[in-house]
Amino acid sequence: MNIIGLTIKQTHEGLIKKEFSAVEIAKDFLDKIKKDDKKINAFLTVTEDLALAQAKAVDEKISKGEEIDILAGVPCSLKDVFMVEGIKCTAGSKILENYIAPYDATVVKKLKDRGAVILGKNNTDEFTMGSSGENSAFGPTKNPLDLSRVAGGSSSGPAAAVAGDMAVFALGTDTGGSIRQPASFCGIVGLKPTYGAVSRYGEIAYASSLDQAGTMTKTVEDCQIVFDAIKGKDQLDSTSVESKISNYQFSISNLRIGIPREYFAKGIDGEVEKIIRNAIKKYEKMGAKIEEVSLPHAEYALPCYYIIAPSEASANLARYDGIKFGHLADKAKNLLDVYLQSREEGFGPEVRRRIMLGTYVLSAGYYDAYYVRAQKVRTLIKKDFEKVFEKCDALFAPVSPFPAFKLGEKIDDPLTMYLSDIFTISINLAGLPALSLPCGKTEKGLPVGLQIIGKHFEEEKILNIAKIYV
Amino acid sequence: MLTEEEVKHIAKLARLGLTEKEVEKYQKDLSDILGYVEKLKEVNIEGVEPTSHSVLLENITRKDEALKFEKKLIEGHLKVKSVF
Repeated sequence: MNIIGLTIKQTHEGLIKKEFSAVEIAKDFLDKIKKDDKKINAFLTVTEDLALAQAKAVDEKISKGEEIDILAGVPCSLKDVFMVEGIKCTAGSKILENYIAPYDATVVKKLKDRGAVILGKNNTDEFTMGSSGENSAFGPTKNPLDLSRVAGGSSSGPAAAVAGDMAVFALGTDTGGSIRQPASFCGIVGLKPTYGAVSRYGEIAYASSLDQAGTMTKTVEDCQIVFDAIKGKDQLDSTSVESKISNYQFSISNLRIGIPREYFAKGIDGEVEKIIRNAIKKYEKMGAKIEEVSLPHAEYALPCYYIIAPSEASANLARYDGIKFGHLADKAKNLLDVYLQSREEGFGPEVRRRIMLGTYVLSAGYYDAYYVRAQKVRTLIKKDFEKVFEKCDALFAPVSPFPAFKLGEKIDDPLTMYLSDIFTISINLAGLPALSLPCGKTEKGLPVGLQIIGKHFEEEKILNIAKIYV
Repeated sequence: MLTEEEVKHIAKLARLGLTEKEVEKYQKDLSDILGYVEKLKEVNIEGVEPTSHSVLLENITRKDEALKFEKKLIEGHLKVKSVF
């Protein structure tokens, strides 16, 4: 029986029926990674010993006739910003090249407790800053569907690992689109939960008021299983929240779907628009009520983000000074030189760009003009959503204005690269949950994702809406 | 356009070493991005409250302590290079 390519439930059933063992599964995936990842570069670290030990523990349980969890023995991988005790955690940066995580992130602990098998750590744009994976200090990840193209970013490695059948599921993070956009580019399901729905403890921070851990899976069903496993209030993350809503039931004829007209404006690729409109039509045929709505401040989301996120990043990344954390420049003469040189040698260009941008907009004389103004615009963006959600259950939009682009195509122009996230960023500013659902391919065979956006803590609803798509 | 001195000043505040060539590059990049975010000036923000967190939260605190420290400690103190 072919193990590679199975969903979580299929893997689970195979284990229970003893069609294969957890160790056999782990070995198959480890072999697949060894064979395929040289050309894709989805993994920065492969944790073979850990994976085999975890798999063996699951097999022992099965042989004793004990009941096993649905995730037990299922191979997964983690974006290299989630700490796994005793394993290297680089955040895609040279400054953390040799950093060994001293403890497990809460999401990692939850997966380990459920018996999921950790195959390794996935590539990412440095400190998750990027939209193509090309800002990784360890080389870009290539799209498994077309090796001349990017896998998207910043969760480039998790997306390519799942799309390339090198893991059954993966965890990523999303600060401005970093789960949804690579999921869309690689043709998999990516969920960015509500801000606070999943603990950030042990996740290396980029912009703390926007960062959110989430799932990257082959199917919506898998997405639900993994999300249920990692969500919930965590004592170690004071911003985490227990979701109150569950078991959402609906009938399709009562479903009201809003289509924000600003998301179909200039700049969207013709083929992408057609595929998204077709997907919307399918829901209409099933009986959903489709209504055009307006998010008047949508065009301000991107500039708003590029003040708020770099501001938070400039503070969060101050800890990488060669002393508290990170690479230490050894030729420095005094303390200031230690800081200047360690950070110069350790950080790549995009990270330095955002740290400087954040430092500038927070500096004396500019704080009100940039930062406070952006926070006020953030309020208006949030209110736009509150208003449309008074009459809609969910919003449908494209994830990205275009499909996966060529490696090197946008890397020299930061602003053009930033436009990749124009349809995803406002969701982070408002803290909403949103899912990328594969809904078609372009003539060149490049996947396109439909973005389903819900109200705070209504992941269940967007998952159920996604589930009925055929 | 940011001046060379401004870029050098920001880099120093951010504790980032830059080469002369990089100063020129960041002068352009940062000016482009700052030019782009000027767009926010079009928005009427009169009477609008700022948002720092998107979901309603309450403060919860706990004891702050290091779990493990990689660098060498001398009698509980961390040795760094001289400041002056």
